[in-house]
Amino acid sequence: MSDRREANLLLLFITVLILLNYPLLSLVDRQDHWFGFPALYFYLFFVWLGLIVAVALVVRKRKK
Amino acid sequence: MALSLIVLCSLAYVMLLFYIAWRVDFSAVKGKSPVNNAYVYALSLAVYCTAWTFFGSVGRATTGGLSFLGVYLGPSLLAPLWFVLLRKMILISKNQRITSIADFISSRYGKSATLGVIVTVIAVLGIVPYISIQLKAVMFGINTLTHFGQAAPAPPAELWLDGGFWVTVAMAMFTAFFGTRKLDPNERHEGLVAAVAFESMVKLGAFLAVGLYVTFGFYNGFDDLFTKAQVHEATHKMFSLQDSGITPFSWNMLMILSLFAIMLLPRQFHIAVVENTSPRHIARAMWVFPLYLLLINIFVFPVALAGKMNFDANIHPDTYLLSLPLASGANWLALLAFIGGFSAATSMIVVEATALSIMFSNHIVVPLLIKTRSFGQGKDLVSGAHRLLDIRRVSILFILFMAYLYQRSVGSTYDLVSVGLISFTAAAQLAPAFIGAMYWKRATHQGAVAGLATGFLVWAYCLPIPSMAQAGIVSRDFIDHGLWGISALKPYALFGFSGVDPVSHAAFWSLLINTWVYAIVSINTKPSTLNLTQADLFVNIHKYISWQDTDILKREAKIGDLKNMLDRFLGETRTLTLFREYESNNGVSLTNHQVAQADLVNFVETQLSGAIGAASARLVMDSIVKEEPITLDEVMRILEQTREAVEYSRVMVEKNTELKTLTLQLTAANEQLKNLDRLKADFITTVTHELRTPVTSIRSLTKILLDYRSELSEEKIQEYLQILVGESDRISRLINQVLDLEKIQSESIAPEALQSVDMEALVSRTATGMEQLFREKEVAFSVQNDVPGACEVQGDYDRLVQVVSNLLSNALKFVPQGEGWVKARLFHQNGFLHLQILDNGPGIPPEKQAMIFEKFTQLSRRDTGKPQGSGLGLFITKTIVEQHGGLLRVESKIGEGAMFEVRLPLNRFAKSTFAAAKN
Repeated sequence: MSDRREANLLLLFITVLILLNYPLLSLVDRQDHWFGFPALYFYLFFVWLGLIVAVALVVRKRKK
Repeated sequence: MALSLIVLCSLAYVMLLFYIAWRVDFSAVKGKSPVNNAYVYALSLAVYCTAWTFFGSVGRATTGGLSFLGVYLGPSLLAPLWFVLLRKMILISKNQRITSIADFISSRYGKSATLGVIVTVIAVLGIVPYISIQLKAVMFGINTLTHFGQAAPAPPAELWLDGGFWVTVAMAMFTAFFGTRKLDPNERHEGLVAAVAFESMVKLGAFLAVGLYVTFGFYNGFDDLFTKAQVHEATHKMFSLQDSGITPFSWNMLMILSLFAIMLLPRQFHIAVVENTSPRHIARAMWVFPLYLLLINIFVFPVALAGKMNFDANIHPDTYLLSLPLASGANWLALLAFIGGFSAATSMIVVEATALSIMFSNHIVVPLLIKTRSFGQGKDLVSGAHRLLDIRRVSILFILFMAYLYQRSVGSTYDLVSVGLISFTAAAQLAPAFIGAMYWKRATHQGAVAGLATGFLVWAYCLPIPSMAQAGIVSRDFIDHGLWGISALKPYALFGFSGVDPVSHAAFWSLLINTWVYAIVSINTKPSTLNLTQADLFVNIHKYISWQDTDILKREAKIGDLKNMLDRFLGETRTLTLFREYESNNGVSLTNHQVAQADLVNFVETQLSGAIGAASARLVMDSIVKEEPITLDEVMRILEQTREAVEYSRVMVEKNTELKTLTLQLTAANEQLKNLDRLKADFITTVTHELRTPVTSIRSLTKILLDYRSELSEEKIQEYLQILVGESDRISRLINQVLDLEKIQSESIAPEALQSVDMEALVSRTATGMEQLFREKEVAFSVQNDVPGACEVQGDYDRLVQVVSNLLSNALKFVPQGEGWVKARLFHQNGFLHLQILDNGPGIPPEKQAMIFEKFTQLSRRDTGKPQGSGLGLFITKTIVEQHGGLLRVESKIGEGAMFEVRLPLNRFAKSTFAAAKN
């Protein structure tokens, strides 16, 4: 169980590392509006929030 | 706004912090620490957010757009790895009792004092700029509040009139109060952690309040603000990294620097590792801390946009958070914002200076004092501790004063984040040695020293020294033309690498060279033994503390409970002895109400494992140590029952084995009895049969004599009477032999009957006694003695006579009438006297030779078919010979006669052999 959790967390790290770096970042680095927010601002905070939720889901205590 | 109001509010706030710290320390002493909580842990980690975050990020956003977020995305990105990484750091540190990052690195590389000094120097010099921006932030916060809308007054030339100086002094006192109140061997400061967690809430609350005020007070929400900003000329570029002049390279470097900073900044290491109360808190902190970072950053960008749109260049962007409320007359909100910034600055300074002072005193001052032997001599422990705390206080003062000087001379020319990033780059120099410490066993002390030293030199050359040159302290000649005029050595374009910002540039070169030197020196040097063992301990910490054992670190239990439990399993005396042993070994005194620390808990568990097995011990300890719904008493009862059951079954097994043995013995005895019974029955049958034959013949002959006496001739009567005498003799002989048998079998030879017997004389005398019988059967008898005069044996004379006469009469019985002969022969062999009786009888068939010594074995004469004798003679003979420690055997072939041989131990061996035979 612990191994799976660790693997998930490592995958999460790699995924977010890619999401928050170039070249993906250049796709959203433009003057644009998404849901009333600037595109880059929205994207960064969205990925960030996604990371937090994902971590919380992975590490949450499972009921036995 | 009046200065006095600001000072008063700050003082009141500081008093509140003191109160919190005092209360927490008080309850921590009582054993229930409110700091032992995942949320408090996550909030205390937010000490990462300093005045940089509070004021500097806003300023940064006005020039670098959203690039300021990299500083918070890096740590958030690393958070998923904490589960493995931070846990390992904590396990190692608790295992090694590590108190700072300098301690961590020096411990790993063979507890090297040199490395401790190097890391401390890097940390202190590297972090000084970082502390300086906190002092600066507080100072310009006060200036903004008191002189809003006016040009900030130039700092006075005299130190005593400078507000910044007094801010520094106040901060130093504040830090000393918090960080050096007591000397804790584990460097745990619960009160400090609680205060820091509280400050994290204050700064977040203050930032959110200002952010909401700006977004929804100045504008109609995010949409309005963003729409206006996107078309505004001053802010248009801020929406794109590219337009803000942020290259992918600098974005990457910023992420890397902040990723390292969250682990390696001395205050982060202190809070995350040294002050950690349980590795269990990591899981929750992994998402709570990034969430905190996200929340505190939501309004940075909107505030920066609003400030940029509303103010001209006269208002410094770093002050927008105060200026925006002040501009709209919301003075109370500006004051709240100031308190928030003050929180951020104080928490950073207090924790950072405390962590640095621990390193500074432990790795630089104390070793120096010990070397000069002026420390702890002729002084008791208490004054030694006081002295240590004094050293810490002086260190704090020294560090803060350096920060003040840096701020006064260099820092004023730069914005907050630029200066802060210089420190981040310095902290990142620890990364190769630090990560290698945990994951690269091959890494050596020399590698770490070389890597750190070169990294630090490159950093110093590329960042702080040029910044001092910019401030006019040293000549800026080397910036423009390179050192000694070599253009490849330009500090902002090392080896011709230009076109990037100085921080990214310095970070790139310093980390690259640092890592490379660290690796190549490590590979090509030989580690010391201590280095090797420490390397294994760090890299393979899970060999020493298992993954599940992370609980050990937090496992605490009442000493009374532990004692009670050990009592039950080991008994009271043993428990007392063990606890006394532990007390004397560790130099502590335990009372029942005290909370046992992890090592005592482990000690008890080890003892318990010896008694009830590791798994059960673990179970029992868990039940005491953890808060489980099952109560201690219940577990005790369950275990005691188990123990009883185990004990009972053990006894049962023993009993069972005993029983089995008994049964076996009984069966054997029974068998023997049955055998004996059968033998007895046989015996009786045989004896009665033997008796009946002569009795029958006696009866019939006497009846004839009685009835027909007158009709019988005198000769016949004479013949019959002769037979009657013979038969009577036979009966009496049989009875005598049976009696003899009983006597011989039941009694061993009485010691008083033992005497020296000359066997030659005995044989001759016996033969003489039987002379009549030999003559009647016309049998020739002769004795051959090979050892004349040396035939003495130890024995019972009468019984030995019986042996010889039995053998002689036996031979006599079977030899043929007229031409028979019987010979006796005596000789020595192997310490035995051999007596052979030879005859020329018919011989004994081989299949019968083993049987003839049994009771009632009679051999029939071939010619008559009639049995001869009682069948007891040879049995008796054999018994007597064996009672004398001798042997009786027979050699015979059909038609060639028989040879009976008696072997008796010679006199000199007789006693011992006799005794052996008796047993």
